[in-house]
Amino acid sequence: MNAVLIALLLLPLAGAAATLVPFGADRAAADRRALWLGTGVTGATLVLAVALAIGFDQDRPGVMQAVTDVRWIPAIDVRLHLGVDGISLPLLVLTALLTFLCALYSTRRLPAGGGVPSAQSFTGLLLLLEVGMLATFAVLDLVLFFVAFEIVLIPMYFLIARWGSGAKVPAANRFILYTLLGSAVMLLGFLLIGFKAGTFDMTRLAAAHGEGLTHTTQLVAGLAILVGLAVKAPAWPLHSWLPDAHTAAPTVGSVLLAGVLLKMGTYGLVRVLLPIVPEGAETFAPYLGAFAAVGIVYGSLACLALARQGAKGDLKRLIAYSSVGHMGFVLLGIATLTPAGVNGALYGNIAHGLITGLLFFLVGAIKDRYGTSDLDTLAGATGAALYGRAPRIGALLAFAAVASLGLPGLAGFWGELLAMFGAFEPAAGLSRPAFVTYMVLAGIGTLLTAGYLLAVVRRVCMGDPKQPALVADLPDIKAYEAASWTPLAALTLVAGVWPALLLSLSDPAVKHLLGGG
Amino acid sequence: MNPIAVADPGGLIQSVDWVAVAPPLVAALAALAVLVADLFLPAGRKRVLGWASAAGLVLALASLLPLVRGDARSTFCLKAAGGACSYTADNFALAFQLLALGGALIAVLLSLHTVDEEELPGGEYWFLLLSSAAGAALLPASRDLATLIIALEVASLPAFALVALRRDGRGAEGALKFFLSSVTATAVMLLGVGFVYAATGSIHLVPIAEGLARVPGQLKPLAEAGAVLTMVGFAFKVAAVPFHFWLPDTYTSAPIPVAGYLSVVGKAAGLAGLALVTSIAFHPYGHTWGLVLAVLAALTMTAGNVAALRQRGDTQHSAVRMLAWSSVAQAGYLLVPLAAAGYRGTPQPLGATVAYALIYGVVNLGAFGVVGAVARTAGTRLDDHRGLFARGRWSALAMAFFLLCLAGLPPGVIGLFGKVVVFQAAVDAKLGWLAVVMAVNVVIALYYYLLWTARLFAPAGDAAEVRAARTPGPLAAALALTGCGAVVLSVAPQLVLQVVGGSLF
Repeated sequence: MNAVLIALLLLPLAGAAATLVPFGADRAAADRRALWLGTGVTGATLVLAVALAIGFDQDRPGVMQAVTDVRWIPAIDVRLHLGVDGISLPLLVLTALLTFLCALYSTRRLPAGGGVPSAQSFTGLLLLLEVGMLATFAVLDLVLFFVAFEIVLIPMYFLIARWGSGAKVPAANRFILYTLLGSAVMLLGFLLIGFKAGTFDMTRLAAAHGEGLTHTTQLVAGLAILVGLAVKAPAWPLHSWLPDAHTAAPTVGSVLLAGVLLKMGTYGLVRVLLPIVPEGAETFAPYLGAFAAVGIVYGSLACLALARQGAKGDLKRLIAYSSVGHMGFVLLGIATLTPAGVNGALYGNIAHGLITGLLFFLVGAIKDRYGTSDLDTLAGATGAALYGRAPRIGALLAFAAVASLGLPGLAGFWGELLAMFGAFEPAAGLSRPAFVTYMVLAGIGTLLTAGYLLAVVRRVCMGDPKQPALVADLPDIKAYEAASWTPLAALTLVAGVWPALLLSLSDPAVKHLLGGG
Repeated sequence: MNPIAVADPGGLIQSVDWVAVAPPLVAALAALAVLVADLFLPAGRKRVLGWASAAGLVLALASLLPLVRGDARSTFCLKAAGGACSYTADNFALAFQLLALGGALIAVLLSLHTVDEEELPGGEYWFLLLSSAAGAALLPASRDLATLIIALEVASLPAFALVALRRDGRGAEGALKFFLSSVTATAVMLLGVGFVYAATGSIHLVPIAEGLARVPGQLKPLAEAGAVLTMVGFAFKVAAVPFHFWLPDTYTSAPIPVAGYLSVVGKAAGLAGLALVTSIAFHPYGHTWGLVLAVLAALTMTAGNVAALRQRGDTQHSAVRMLAWSSVAQAGYLLVPLAAAGYRGTPQPLGATVAYALIYGVVNLGAFGVVGAVARTAGTRLDDHRGLFARGRWSALAMAFFLLCLAGLPPGVIGLFGKVVVFQAAVDAKLGWLAVVMAVNVVIALYYYLLWTARLFAPAGDAAEVRAARTPGPLAAALALTGCGAVVLSVAPQLVLQVVGGSLF
């Protein structure tokens, strides 16, 4: 089992290294080979991730499995400590799946044109990104966690800055500046914990549950880690890098950014902040909850503003803002410090990854077809009428939008429900009135979310198919698109009707982390 | 029969431990051999001298091997009670000798083509480089102030000439600046050494520490002034703020490999000397110089980073200038464990400086190597690095890795860990404020390192015309050596970080 986990990390790394050798003189052929290499490697990685999930002992999800623990740098007591439990396993599989789908999608749909580097570089960066994302969820050492956390920055920077569109370089700079500043602060928190507690091992620190760390240390380290991870999550008001990055990023960049990178922040909160510095977490939880609630309302209001007629709203930007709202639910769940809330947060993580990944794929396809993602231009006077002109894309978009607004029976529902449920009865020691207020705000947020998503569906999917169209020829869903989108849609449905699948994995692990079981 | 003038003639004869002194000695002999050979070689065959220098340095490096295992070996010891020694090959000395000789070897590889292309006088160039390396290798093993100063001068005097070898106006100007500031530093230091000798009656480091502890009251100001002046001299060599102003001009006017050599070996020599005098000789004044060094470190890293931030990409020699300022900032990080050693009262934190210096040596020489390679085809402006990936993917990837290591950002893992151990030294010594200043500086530095990295991969745009030229073999070898070194260290950081926990002296 531990060999599978190691191979899971080494395989994409080897693939990324392989893209450095020349693939032949003919650029077109070399590009094709590189893209298929990317698909093959990410596919094999997905197989490994599924094998890991199958081999995972589902009766003991609270225990670290597939553990590798060897000395790496004895001088500062850093160990190569890998392992998965019920919290990280779903995220690992989600990452492998989304990366594979992105690689598959890119074989046909890679931004081309003047100044765009070769597909070989693209594949190399995508695989390096996958290494960093998988490693973040697989490592159990604070320093390694930081290293993995940072590895993703550089590939994502180049994906946005080189394959993006619009104001791509400023957006990429802003992305890297925000996250670097955040993670530098986070590293200070990690180092403080490591030096004071004498170990960087996450399992040992979590088992100690804050023992051996003074209250002040916990507060300072907790604040540093919270701020660092909140930038990544992103929590309002540290979110402002996100809309620009999403608007400028290429489709696969947006999918991975929303689908995986944002989760690294919330995963870090669950894995590091809650168990390792519990006193810090308890002190800052009400503030985190408040920011989360504001984020939910703010995100939906921003989306409503963008969805209005004449607002010149960009669809990608709108979905980016909706991510701020959805991640607000995740953060609210974490802030409650209850098993229900944290389970909801983890569920929301996966659901958001599936649904928003699908939404970004769809919007990317619409942008490819129309050449723009500007909502007003798309909709024209009555609406873009996708139901009439490209019924399958239209139906899928409506499906994803409805899932995103949290319709019961689809994946988005359970995470929001559990997060609000947790807020209704927060952990002992937290102010109940405050959290009930947050819950009410979150409830208003769900209504607003429904409002803007339905507006989007109305303006993009409905309308008069006979009105003069922006493009005459609008092909419906293509084979490669269907191949890369169907798994997401299917899993959204499965996760919606069978939540126990995930909750049975995460619940024991969460209780273990929170010190309850 | 003539009476012998000395009572005990045997007491004057010393047995020298030749194995212990081999590393600097081999380098010095190689220097002399090169100088002599230069006289007899016909002009067409002078290229051999460069390879001979490289071989000499490899031999000198090999002579470190027998010293690695076993206890520290000392030689040139006093026969008197206490038996203070002038030369000790302990772990501290070996690590800095490795840095000095290894750095010089890479500098030789980097300059093999420079000597030809810039028509520098071969014999002199190699002789000067090797002499300077011999001095830098002698310095960390010196344990008395006289040897220390001689070693420091042997390391720096040839360096002035190396800077001046370039036959245009720039070289002379830079060399003069370097010379004047360095000579001033030496004069100040000599004065300080005189004061210390007067107050304590010894020039050996350990007896000085004992002497300082029981200096009579009226000599105390003298001893203190001596300590401060000695430190000021070394601070010049390290280019710590406010004694750093000579550095950017000197680097830009020197041949690029010489600039790389100065930034690593020259700095290491100053640093080793500073570490020796502070943590051994001036040990009783630990809290005072600890504070002084902490302030110096904070000022140095801040000034270096702020100046590097202000560099513009389109000015002449901006790439070299940027590396010059970045090396000022890095010197600031290198000083942090020295300050921590003062606060803790033990030399134990110095391990972090040794480790960081070794890491910095590898990646900084590599960065200078790439700048040298780009200078051959495009130029020495930062903008000449734009689109390097499209022209030469390996040198661009190597440069990106070196810059990320300097910045301390993964995947440049070793740079990150180097900073972590330095940071740890500061935290352990309860120098929280210095740790915070350092953290802020590391973040500031990320900006310009990343900007440079992004330039490497940016589209070429309307960059100035690029001459097509193959990278010469030795240059490529030096880049491969430093690049592989940085990658190996990143995968197995314990290789270098083991000095952090181990005993140095």
